[in-house]
Amino acid sequence: MSPEARAGDVVLLVGTMKGAFLVWSNAARAEWRIEGPHFRGESVYALALDQRGGRRRMLAATRSMHWGAVIRASDDLGATWSEPDRQNVRFPEGSDDALGNIWQIRPGRASEPDVLYCGVEPAALFESRDGGESWSPVEGLLNHEHRKRWMPGAGGLCLHTILPDPADEARMAVAISTGGFYRTDDGGRSWRPRNAGVRAVFLPDPYPEFGQCVHKVVHHPSRPERLFLQNHWGLYRSDDWGDAWVDVANGVPSDFGFAIEVHPHDPDTVYIVPLDSDQFRCVPDARLRVYRTRDAGASWQPLETGLPQHDAYDTVLRDALAADRHDPAGIYFGTRGGKLYGSADDGESWREIADDLPPIVCVKAAVIGAA
Amino acid sequence: MGITIALPGALQPYAGGSSEVTLADRFGTVGDALAALAERHGGVMDRVTDERGALRPHVNVFVDGENVRFLDGLGTALGEGSTIVIVPAVSGG
Repeated sequence: MSPEARAGDVVLLVGTMKGAFLVWSNAARAEWRIEGPHFRGESVYALALDQRGGRRRMLAATRSMHWGAVIRASDDLGATWSEPDRQNVRFPEGSDDALGNIWQIRPGRASEPDVLYCGVEPAALFESRDGGESWSPVEGLLNHEHRKRWMPGAGGLCLHTILPDPADEARMAVAISTGGFYRTDDGGRSWRPRNAGVRAVFLPDPYPEFGQCVHKVVHHPSRPERLFLQNHWGLYRSDDWGDAWVDVANGVPSDFGFAIEVHPHDPDTVYIVPLDSDQFRCVPDARLRVYRTRDAGASWQPLETGLPQHDAYDTVLRDALAADRHDPAGIYFGTRGGKLYGSADDGESWREIADDLPPIVCVKAAVIGAA
Repeated sequence: MGITIALPGALQPYAGGSSEVTLADRFGTVGDALAALAERHGGVMDRVTDERGALRPHVNVFVDGENVRFLDGLGTALGEGSTIVIVPAVSGG
């Protein structure tokens, strides 16, 4: 807990297989303090800090191997957490589905400060209109005719990406592994697959209408139509909200990977952590390198200063790469090996923040006082 | 004579801190008794079964010492004065 947190402080919300950690620093981001674990023994795949509408609410998706998954909230920066009596994210009565895990918590638009979304396994989108107190499924996607044909990947059949259009309350996109990228233009009533140009190497038709194993999609709120997609083999950009995708794997050692993040102040600057292959999910050549493009994918450059460059047999998962909103931006990532790295200079140089955490599945970065 | 349901420590906060719940009625099956438990303590049952009503895979329910997974599951018949014990399986994080 950090009741003394001040505006400009940075908190990393780190979800692991055995609990969550809050990692604190000030705007200099030179020294860090690790606080936790919260939810000991429970996996935490999704975390968020919602600072809209005058609140300062942390949300955590916790999953007990025994007792299932719930979303908990903290209004005192992690000092105390809610303990929901009932399972607050649940499929409707009569559904064939039961909640497996919660993969994403996404505060909605600034214009709708009480709206949040969460993505779950088996793949479905849930919505809260009361700040995260209660949740209900988005029926248009839950009843989509494609849904029964989506297939689980190694991590399960998860909806992991939620991208509300900040400029248009009717438009939003989600991504599903494996199912692909879907967009609604009518507030969630109907959803259409938007996967033209995205490969599915594991299907007879490598360019199907849907069924791609999309690992993560990001965009910048100032240019929401420009999307960057890390695929299960393939690195893509769309300039039209997914109507068409182009391959932008220009100069990366591998176009397989999970994690992708956009720079907080430049919609054309994007970070990825390539992995060797689907059969060997470790960084190429055992060198831990983040790759950055500053020209929307026309070229990518490795960032390795301060990162281990030999014997680094480690993996960065889809939600374990994040950026804060300072300038220069802080860039952070966690590994399955339990290491947490950070850069306070847009990724130019890195330092190890923690080296013995449980396997990291989620890293979110937030600046206190910045919505 | 009713039945007694023993709760593990992790579930007692959802039953007002009680380690046991006694139900005075007669019940034909484990599922019937757990449905009655759900009406009284929904938070307990959310953690024992999923939203389809299926027993969670890492939760075991014993009736008079026998694991219902090796009997008739939630359809296992209850006897007069049966005791149900809910325990987490050998697994964890």
